[in-house]
Amino acid sequence: MSEKSAEAVADRVRVMRSQLGRARGLGASKSGVEHWWVERVTAIALVPLTIWFIVSVLTLLHSDQPEVRQWAGRPVNTVLLLATVIMTFHHMQLGLQVVIDDYVKKSHLAVTLLNKGAALLLGLFSIVAILKMAF
Amino acid sequence: MKDIRDAQYVAHRSDGSIVRRPMSPHLQVYRPQLTSVLSIGNRLTSIAISAGTLLLVWWLVAAASGPKAFATVQHVIANPIGLLVLFGWTVSLVYHFYAGIRHLVWDSGHGFSLPATHRSGWLTVGLTVATTLLVWAIGLSLWLGA
Repeated sequence: MSEKSAEAVADRVRVMRSQLGRARGLGASKSGVEHWWVERVTAIALVPLTIWFIVSVLTLLHSDQPEVRQWAGRPVNTVLLLATVIMTFHHMQLGLQVVIDDYVKKSHLAVTLLNKGAALLLGLFSIVAILKMAF
Repeated sequence: MKDIRDAQYVAHRSDGSIVRRPMSPHLQVYRPQLTSVLSIGNRLTSIAISAGTLLLVWWLVAAASGPKAFATVQHVIANPIGLLVLFGWTVSLVYHFYAGIRHLVWDSGHGFSLPATHRSGWLTVGLTVATTLLVWAIGLSLWLGA
């Protein structure tokens, strides 16, 4: 780059951000890896849990409410159900957040809070329902 | 210039003069390909499954509430529209399951070549169709059979 054109670029670019900061990919939030990593961890957990859940639902097709309740009350099923809904809603909220970050420009904060709040409430509804069947 | 991305548009001609790089064209100018369609499909199914969790929560809450609430949810799901929604949810869940595993394989650093990407893509489609049909065949035979 010639000295003259470098000056021209410097004159046009007024960004208070170092090249190191850009290379590290850290914005104002100073995070990103955590989100990516937890999305993967929850995905791995959901591989066996989803298989277990679908097989369980198939075995419950003819069950009435007391039978479902009894099934959910067995400790192994209670624990796996809890793990499934916790992993599902955590993974869901992380994934939807990426979609929101990509497409929602207006009211980004409001939609983000709606996403987190809805996932938390749906998760809590599920957890309470499972525990109610167990105890 | 207020945005760092503007800096990335700055380029030079061979004579050293400054130009603003052209923007990349957006999605609609590209012919749909297996890779792009499956990628978009993974995102769309994720949104469909998220909506479908409402049904899961309703089912769990109804099962915890009592026989009457549980009968209502079973009745709604057994309705033709309910079954259609449940089928859509199954397809989405199964596709997202296999596409997610495909992503985990990529994350481990494998399968990036174009032939490998196409193989895993078609494998994902095939497994989705086969698994969905298998689950529904078992489900319907259990449900209607006994």
